Amino acid sequence: MTSPIPILDIIVFLPAGGAVACLLLPRLARYLALVASVAELGFAFYMMVAFEPGQAGFQFVTRQSWIGNFGISWNLGVDGISLFLVAMTALLFPIAMFGPPIRGDQRSFMAWMLLLEAACMGTFLALDLFVFFVMFEITLVPGYFIIVGWGGARRSYAAMKFFIYTFAGSAFFFVAMLALVLLAAPFNGGHVTFDLITLARDAGHLSHTAQVLVFAGFAVAFAVKTPLVPFHSWLPDTYTEAPTSGSMVLAGILFKLGAYGFVRLCIFLLPRGAADLGPLLLTLAAVGIAYGALVTIMQKDLKRLVAYASIVDVAFIVLGFFAFSSQGVTGGVMEMVNHGLITGALFFLVGMVWERRGTLRFSELGGIQKSAPVLAAVFLAVILAAVGLPGLNGFVGEFLVLVGTFSTHAHWWAVVGATAVVTGAIYLFWAYQRVFQGPVRIAANTVRDITWRELGLLAPLLAGIVFLGVYPAPFLDRVTPSVAYLLHHVEAQAPNADVPRGSLDVKYAIPASQNVDLRASATSALARPGGGDKPEAAAGGGR
Amino acid sequence: MTMTGILLQACPTLPGGVGVAGTNVCSETNGLHIAVAYRTIIPIIVFIVGALILLAVAAVLPKRSRPGLYPSLTALIGSIGLAGSVWEWYDLGTRSGTAVIGGQILYDRFTILFYILVTVATILASATSDSYLRREGLDGVESYVLMLMSATGAMLMAASGSLIMLFLGLEIMSIALYVMAAYHRRRRQSGEAGLKYFILGSFSSALFLYGVALVYGATGSVYIVLIANYFTQSVPANSGVLLAGMALLIVGLGFKVAAVPFHFWTPDVYEGSPTPFTGYMAAVAKAGGFAGLLRVLTEALKSQQTDWRPAIWLIAVLTLVVGSLMAIAQKDLKRMMAYSSISQAGYVLVGVQAGTAAGTAGALFYLFTYLFVIIGTFAVIEVVQGAGERRNDLGAIRGLARRRPVLAALMLVFLLAQAGVPFTSGFLAKFYVIEASVQQGQYWLAVIAMLAAAVAAFFYLRVALLMYSSPDEEAPTPAFALAPAAASSAAPASFAAPVSSASASAAPASAPAPVSGGSPYTPTTLAALPQDALPEGDVFGAGLQPVPSLDGDLPAFELASPPASPLRITPAMNMALVVCAAFTIAAGVSPFAIDFAKAATALF
Repeated sequence: MTSPIPILDIIVFLPAGGAVACLLLPRLARYLALVASVAELGFAFYMMVAFEPGQAGFQFVTRQSWIGNFGISWNLGVDGISLFLVAMTALLFPIAMFGPPIRGDQRSFMAWMLLLEAACMGTFLALDLFVFFVMFEITLVPGYFIIVGWGGARRSYAAMKFFIYTFAGSAFFFVAMLALVLLAAPFNGGHVTFDLITLARDAGHLSHTAQVLVFAGFAVAFAVKTPLVPFHSWLPDTYTEAPTSGSMVLAGILFKLGAYGFVRLCIFLLPRGAADLGPLLLTLAAVGIAYGALVTIMQKDLKRLVAYASIVDVAFIVLGFFAFSSQGVTGGVMEMVNHGLITGALFFLVGMVWERRGTLRFSELGGIQKSAPVLAAVFLAVILAAVGLPGLNGFVGEFLVLVGTFSTHAHWWAVVGATAVVTGAIYLFWAYQRVFQGPVRIAANTVRDITWRELGLLAPLLAGIVFLGVYPAPFLDRVTPSVAYLLHHVEAQAPNADVPRGSLDVKYAIPASQNVDLRASATSALARPGGGDKPEAAAGGGR
Repeated sequence: MTMTGILLQACPTLPGGVGVAGTNVCSETNGLHIAVAYRTIIPIIVFIVGALILLAVAAVLPKRSRPGLYPSLTALIGSIGLAGSVWEWYDLGTRSGTAVIGGQILYDRFTILFYILVTVATILASATSDSYLRREGLDGVESYVLMLMSATGAMLMAASGSLIMLFLGLEIMSIALYVMAAYHRRRRQSGEAGLKYFILGSFSSALFLYGVALVYGATGSVYIVLIANYFTQSVPANSGVLLAGMALLIVGLGFKVAAVPFHFWTPDVYEGSPTPFTGYMAAVAKAGGFAGLLRVLTEALKSQQTDWRPAIWLIAVLTLVVGSLMAIAQKDLKRMMAYSSISQAGYVLVGVQAGTAAGTAGALFYLFTYLFVIIGTFAVIEVVQGAGERRNDLGAIRGLARRRPVLAALMLVFLLAQAGVPFTSGFLAKFYVIEASVQQGQYWLAVIAMLAAAVAAFFYLRVALLMYSSPDEEAPTPAFALAPAAASSAAPASFAAPVSSASASAAPASAPAPVSGGSPYTPTTLAALPQDALPEGDVFGAGLQPVPSLDGDLPAFELASPPASPLRITPAMNMALVVCAAFTIAAGVSPFAIDFAKAATALF
């Protein structure tokens, strides 16, 4: 619940400080970046250990007034939904920074990467809408410069597209955010606040139209960032042109900012809007799965294929979220982590093939397996996780999403979603076949095998993939309570969301100060007058 | 005593006992005696006296006797003015504003904020223009005297308690600026800019004056407080006259702030004027214009909001959209910044349009932070353009990061601030004005403004992109060509070593091949090929030709390699640039500046 050190502040500021240090001491940049990112991983690990399972609320909360006049405070906290995303971010960054080789200016690269890490951490940990927005936006700057500085041939075009698309999407987010905050102020005694918990409590008082419109404003920004299908055209360019390290963190983590925004802001703050527009998002997700799979199959380039495959994966995440069932949302959260691990590893492996062969076009590859069997095996293992082989993490996530979706009103969308299991296998295995198998037609396709160093850097990702697949219980213990609390909130605010009864049965504990469920807080206030932070006002739980 | 004459005429028609924030305008004028509260106009006095001293000193000393003397003196005068303004700020404290000097000056914190703004702008501009003027052989006392005079005008505009005073301030400021625009004797464009600015400016001044006359006709007064009082006590008999007057006032001031559709002079004037003066102009003329606009609209005509708010809405939208879109098409750095400044004015208008204290605070914050950004931006431009302003095209800034990394980093801060990226003042400025707008239910205006920001991000980023691409880059090139020299010189020492020690075991020989930058991944099978055949960042492989990209429309900019700038960046200019960037970031992360701006509107 609490920690002797302001752990979340450290997690946000440590990489930022590391970035500044890299700029000031260029000769030591690589060492400093290594120290900063590994220390960051250590702190994230500490946070994981200290995190108390079974709690639905935010833990390690820190709060510091920032722009008091506007009710903005530096407000951080972590719950089950964000916990593993933070851990994944901390894990993926050092690997991305030191795994693939980096040409050009080391100092700036390390500084930008560390800044990006700080911004991602800030987004995942923000408990203040303004902080969330600011962090969400600022990720664009390092992202832009990483692509521009170290990217492929069309990097200027790709980086610009990436920046402008997301920036334009954020325009709606920005206005919707202000509208929400100002409209909710009268219910908070006239005090404007950006505090997420207060907003979640007050937003229910807004008129129905206002809730739906604000939700729509948020959803546009996150649909662009995620990206959902009609907004996705920036993605293949960006991920293809980004350097290997950039693709790893862009696909592994920046993707998740949008998906995380859906669950943390859209659903949590505006359940009624989510219930009303949920079918639309489910449809977009289903279209994304079907259309994305088709487009992916047609790709002629390995990196582009992986980029398009990501569209399918994130559509899956959104599908899980908007089914409003415990399994669905938990599965969505799990898929976020899975996708980070798997895509991170995949882009790393794609980068290795690129380093060795200098091309990623299927027509020029083939038979690499012969000369690089270990590389092929690792690649295969990651692909198996991606297609959802039982025993690897992809299976658990996909299974939860599909079960969670099918068990609700959203079952027809689940039917469409289930096709991804088949199509995913088609494009991934076909890609594997064309790259690694077959006869060696071009002499250059005899390549050096994976090195120990590369394997060592991949190992944590592979370990995560296997661990979450074999034994997801520690994960679920921490995520499920937060999800149940979220769904209770949805159910209380939006009866038309059709939250399955089974999803409401999960028991969880929540500090009264963080309970936004109006009915539950009323009853718990009756039951335990003067309930402060400690008492576990067991909201929900009725059988 | 024409002024007093008007006042005396005005007084009998006033409803009895008009207390103007504690001061009776009429009672002060009894016996044709106007008490002058000198302490309310300290910076104005300092600037006028300072300008005279400068002239006197220049008359005594031989021409060009001491390089750096005049800018230092100007900065000193500015600092005294600033100190006086700051003293006034604390002296006034939280007391409400008063109308002083026969009601001609409104002494409140709004006024003092503009005193501070203009004095700071003068100090920064004097620090950044010295190097330029010396490079161009234009150094002399005149430019600094003009700068001080136009600053005086801008301060008078902010302080004006009557529309006549507002007009006087406008003219004092403008006439000095006309001359400043034409100051570069040997540049044809500069003369053209001055003439254009003068003709169009005089025209708009005339419109403004006509507006004053009509408003006087409709309300019977030229005093801002009396006009405001008039509306509280009676309904204007002839609202057509009032509306026409209001429209003409908006046109006249809209010209000064370069709002669309009164913006046509801006690109030409910004392009032609000497670069540091352009920055000064963008900061001070806009500030003065908006000060006047706020005085007129949110004070004098506050109760007529339903009339002017739709008009400002339309102007704001046009300004935002036209400014951002036109800026994209520009190939000239200064012209681009001119359109950019137009679109920035649009955001201030969004704040004005809200018509509330929050909107005004946002607008003031915007103007105050924009001053640092724009003066800094033009200071950087003056470095890259080369002697005689040879290169103003976008290509001139190409590769700046390689030549002057710190300057490029500062420019990056300014660009990101103008694009409205978080943790810069530009973001918070947009946040405040749009918050005020949303508070008034203007959702569409807010959305349009933010979408315009996304469009604008394009051309700011394009400049950033050029700064960080290599100077001799022909077309988009493979990534590793970015820094072959830098990589081979800096990388081998630091590359791979920490990783190989951290990884499990034998990383392959980290002894770097000189060309590949020490990569342990040197493609073995391709080792025989020349490295250039393998553009490492190009994932399409060598088979695919580079596709025309956004960068592809740049051939027009790739004239020659950018000029080696002979500009000596003086320590003062260095300091000014650092101050600008530091303020831009500080105001973007901490609330002090908005508290300052908010305090200045608490008395409205």
